[in-house]
Amino acid sequence: MPAVKPKRNFPMMDMTAMCDVAFLLLTFFILTAKFKSQDAAEIETPSSISGIKVPDKDLMQISIDKDGKIYFGIDNMNTRIAMLDNMAAAKGLSFTDKEKKAFALQSNFGMPLAQLKAFLNLPGEQQKAFKQPGMPVDSTAQNDLAMWIYNARKANNGLRIAVKGDNLSKFPAFKDVLGSLQMQNINKFNLVTGTEAPPAGWTSDDK
Amino acid sequence: MSEIQQGGGGGHKKGGKVRSKKASTRVDMTPMVDLGFLLITFFILATTLSKPSAMTLNVPDKQDKQVETEPLKASKVLTLYLGKNNTVHALDGVAPDDETAKAKMKDVGFGPDLRALITASRARINAANPTTDAGGAFVCVIKPLKNSTYKNMVDALDEMAITKTKRYALVDLLLQTDKDLLGDKVND
Repeated sequence: MPAVKPKRNFPMMDMTAMCDVAFLLLTFFILTAKFKSQDAAEIETPSSISGIKVPDKDLMQISIDKDGKIYFGIDNMNTRIAMLDNMAAAKGLSFTDKEKKAFALQSNFGMPLAQLKAFLNLPGEQQKAFKQPGMPVDSTAQNDLAMWIYNARKANNGLRIAVKGDNLSKFPAFKDVLGSLQMQNINKFNLVTGTEAPPAGWTSDDK
Repeated sequence: MSEIQQGGGGGHKKGGKVRSKKASTRVDMTPMVDLGFLLITFFILATTLSKPSAMTLNVPDKQDKQVETEPLKASKVLTLYLGKNNTVHALDGVAPDDETAKAKMKDVGFGPDLRALITASRARINAANPTTDAGGAFVCVIKPLKNSTYKNMVDALDEMAITKTKRYALVDLLLQTDKDLLGDKVND
């Protein structure tokens, strides 16, 4: 035993300030960030130097994943129901209210019209687990995508179109989507890309 | 952790009278800070902060069959064939059916190489063909092949924006002369 026992003084810190900072940061993130939308498939977009942002509202999104499967979605829940009604009227199908509600929750979907009713009747977890096969877009046989685009624009004329393609998707898939859009005289649309800094010393001509 | 100290820790005397021993509680804030940071981490990971940007693309109307302008002189055109494995086959100022075309075709990778090629070609063609049009006489034709990816096409369009090429066209139709020139490169 040492002759003089050293006085052990455990330093105690007042955590109040740290707690304040933590909750301030938390409030900031809650208020300024939006949740990631549940997409039907993972898509990694290429990046571009374009400075324009994707519009928030009135957006129609056509996604192409790396295997060339096509998914379609619009952002407004009411427009989704209106679009489904238009589609049902055009094709002579009918959807129950429950199915319409389930449809309104889908931000993105991709399957032939024939499979849609069965998909909407699946319970929640099975819907998430279901691997959607992509929408047929062959210009010759059956172009579901063109019909969905037409009915969506009928429901909301001001929809702007964004095409979100995966890095590895092959060009022919994009060409099919382009064909469906051109068939309906849509010649101006956006490609969703990631943000990339322009090379050093580059200034924009516009503005 | 929290502790209860007998004897009124830290309090000042309120008077001369003997007061009953007050138990003071001091709460340690460490678990609350833990919780706060856990919630922050959850929100950072579950939400997106940076919004994706959009690149505009205008394509000509498919219905129009009329020829817009006079046919392009091959000497003013840089043709970029987007091939597989992120390679670009570039044909500078020569028509595909020219005899020297096959020898003159160069393979370029994306990035600074391609940018240098486009800038050099543009400078050369604009100097040789002075005109009053804004942007000069230089025209770039981008022809994606079947084995190229979407990323190649977006990168090529991005290069147009970076090099400030005003007149360019995205053409997906391969003429027979193009196919003859490319030969094997068209296949997967």
